Amino acid sequence: MTDTSDPPAPREQRPDDASAADSSPPASASPGDRAAAVAAPSSATSGVAAGKGRLGPPPWLAGGFLAPALILLGLLVVYPILYTIWRSLYDADGETFVALDNYVAIFTDSATFQALKNNAIWVAVAPALITACGLIFAVLTERVRWAAAFKIIVFMPMAISMVAAGVIFTLVYDHAPERGVLNAIAVGVHDTFKSPSPYPGVRPREQGSPLRPDGSGGFSTTAQVRPGQSVALPLVALSPAKQRDLKAAKAAPAQPGAVTGTVWADFAPGGGKPNQIDANEKGLSKVKVEALQGGKVVATATTRDDGTFRIAVPDGAYTLRLAESNFTPPYNGVTWLGPNLVTPAIIGAYVWMWAGFAMVLIGAGLSAIPRDALEAARVDGATEWQVFRRVTIPLLAPVLVVVFVTLVINVLKIFDLVYIMAPGSSIQDAQVLALRMYLVSFVGESPDQGLGSAIAVVLFLLVLPAMIFNIRRFRSEQG
Amino acid sequence: MLGVTLAAGLAVSAAAACGGGDSGGNDGPLKGQTVTVAAIWTGDNEGAKFQKVLDEFSKRTGAKVTYTPTGDNVAAYLGSKVDGNAPPDVAFLPQQGVLVEFAQKGWIKPLPDDTQNLVKQNFAQVWQNLGSHNGTMYGVYFKASSKSTIWYRKQAFTDAGITQPPTTWADFVKTAQTLADSGATPISVGGADGWVLTDWFENVYLSVAGPEKYDQLSKHEIPYTDDTVKETLRKLAEIWSKDDFLAGGRDGALQTEFPASVPAVFGDSPKAAMLPGADFVASEISTNTKSKVGTDADFFPFPAVGDKAPVVGAGDVAVMMKDTQAARELMKFLASAEAAEIWAKQGGFISPNKAVDLSTYPDEVQRRIAKAVIDAGDDFRFDMSDLAPAAFGGTKGQGEWKILQDFLRNPSDVDGTAKKLEDAAKAAFK
Repeated sequence: MTDTSDPPAPREQRPDDASAADSSPPASASPGDRAAAVAAPSSATSGVAAGKGRLGPPPWLAGGFLAPALILLGLLVVYPILYTIWRSLYDADGETFVALDNYVAIFTDSATFQALKNNAIWVAVAPALITACGLIFAVLTERVRWAAAFKIIVFMPMAISMVAAGVIFTLVYDHAPERGVLNAIAVGVHDTFKSPSPYPGVRPREQGSPLRPDGSGGFSTTAQVRPGQSVALPLVALSPAKQRDLKAAKAAPAQPGAVTGTVWADFAPGGGKPNQIDANEKGLSKVKVEALQGGKVVATATTRDDGTFRIAVPDGAYTLRLAESNFTPPYNGVTWLGPNLVTPAIIGAYVWMWAGFAMVLIGAGLSAIPRDALEAARVDGATEWQVFRRVTIPLLAPVLVVVFVTLVINVLKIFDLVYIMAPGSSIQDAQVLALRMYLVSFVGESPDQGLGSAIAVVLFLLVLPAMIFNIRRFRSEQG
Repeated sequence: MLGVTLAAGLAVSAAAACGGGDSGGNDGPLKGQTVTVAAIWTGDNEGAKFQKVLDEFSKRTGAKVTYTPTGDNVAAYLGSKVDGNAPPDVAFLPQQGVLVEFAQKGWIKPLPDDTQNLVKQNFAQVWQNLGSHNGTMYGVYFKASSKSTIWYRKQAFTDAGITQPPTTWADFVKTAQTLADSGATPISVGGADGWVLTDWFENVYLSVAGPEKYDQLSKHEIPYTDDTVKETLRKLAEIWSKDDFLAGGRDGALQTEFPASVPAVFGDSPKAAMLPGADFVASEISTNTKSKVGTDADFFPFPAVGDKAPVVGAGDVAVMMKDTQAARELMKFLASAEAAEIWAKQGGFISPNKAVDLSTYPDEVQRRIAKAVIDAGDDFRFDMSDLAPAAFGGTKGQGEWKILQDFLRNPSDVDGTAKKLEDAAKAAFK
């Protein structure tokens, strides 16, 4: 489009300057406006003039028009870049020249190196994932009736600020299932397949208890028991709220031919004597009690409401075991923002934000694909997958690349989500370069702007190839 | 705390503007003179209460007092005022380090003799030292805080049959065990905020090693690989290594930020029984939960790990930035018991001034905290991590904060943790 509309304009101006420009070589010092008129276009708009000074307005005018832009660019872009590079060669105070020490520190300072590694993970995962999600959404929404509504919903996160998205996702990822929706789901699913134990976390006293942990989460008696004995199996750590619903514990009378006993919460509100059934102490109902002989379960029983049980067994010595299934601690879900998962979790939030952006761009590219190409493939007997894989994607490739490269640039600069979402205990594990740069340069009493500048320069160098690639693409598309 | 100050900032600047302007008109020896005051306090909770102190001063002397809140960064605010050649007459500094810095720069004036005498009479030696630099006394500590309190839910203690709060560390561990046996999780820790853990460390360290070693470690004159540090870590591990002692286990504690750790103990569905924290937890409880301090919630002093129970805290120190007659009078007033009692009566305030009548505190809880601060006498110590360079003692995700969080995650590694602390301290203390 630009090819057809732009060239005519200069062509119309040509007659004004052509004679002067063509006649006098750029180097000649002919007085007045004309000489300058030659020099300026060749230097300022060299691409167009291509050595032959002949076009454009007089140089003072060109210079006048260019000046504001050049001054702004110089002040706001060139000067800061040069100053940052210069600053990165000095120490924290900015007084001692340290050459490349700050750059070495990026790789030796563990926190900064961790940031570099995390940035690599981000670049490797996030743009590809987002482009893939965007592609899937775009292709699928082409075919559904309520495409617009769906697109609006997916695109909506783009309207939210990063900080707000960060706050939303810290809630989503919250460790406590009653607040964090993801862990609520995880716990819900887990408990559907494996029902929670009736007395999670309940255990014998650490000292002086007839029970001891059997190493697999259950508890077994330290002494052997025989039929005709009544055994006391005291447990503690049952919350007062749960005790309220239970019945009072009773001592089980001894019976010939069976082991009897009581499993109860040996802690009434206010204390109580250890290993004795006091008034107000509650029996634990529905606890599975196993009798073991030689390490094998020979009989089992379940406690009644008052905590008593009876296991009929032949004469002999047995160990009683309270099975692990009674006491399994509740499943608490996943520590999403813990040190191991914090970076993937934050990338997840980032994907949620940017998938809509990718979808819209790819969707636009998709609608520009010539339908006849797809139809031709179908007529030739290609399956839908083959059409998608061999026709749609190659035709979409330029758009996919633009989306991908834009995302790479954005992802390299990631700051706000990490800053908001990572809790203090795992922020070091989630560290990224932009955040590290900010923390090192500006936070605390002794900021080190030397190291901060070095990180900034490294970040700049990392973004640069992507920028150059994008500019080249724009050029080649126009030219 | 900061949140509260920030939120109410606007309201108070307005209040302060009228308050300061209007408190002039009385007859008195200083009639016609003006004194400007700058401090961090804003809002109904602190700003308005402090304004009453200033009002009383102008009522007595006839001087006009203008109060300006400084915002959170007091040092930066005052620095810009000095640059602009318009420092306030009297300023309140929240950190002792700032007093030292200002004294070195010559921004603050030594106290006049009569105020010095009053300070010597009313304050323990430690407060006089904290207000001095190179043997010259500059400051009057007006407000103090204690970080050596452990808050607990009374119902949990009743349920567990605990009648006597623990006074020694062994008792404390036993109490935690009893609470766990009773079915309550003993302790809530806001381990996602590193300073919560440094407060634990400082209390145990002060008690284990004593004030002299504490001072040496504060200045990094002894290494963190010292036996006292390792002993402190071992003591901490007695609590930190037990998953069933901490609300949410160790992982949960590391994910809990301080503001969430308060409702975990005092909220509607409590998850834990005790919360070691500073005295300002009391106001957190009143504002953010339905529990009432005194009836539902109470505190006991941090137990003695070594010979003596620790008292760690902080304080706001008043300094003169201009030597005027009105400023001198105000400093003298601030060193008196009467000034402190005006705020003490309104609550939310602890004075390090031992002449303050303890009966002026509005409730038993504040009276006991104030008494602990006064009784600690010369053994009171400032928060060690506040005295350290920020890279070590005050930055999220690095230094002491990060290392203690790692220790909470893996409390068996005492030697490694001590070494990491020493390495970080070496890098930060230059």
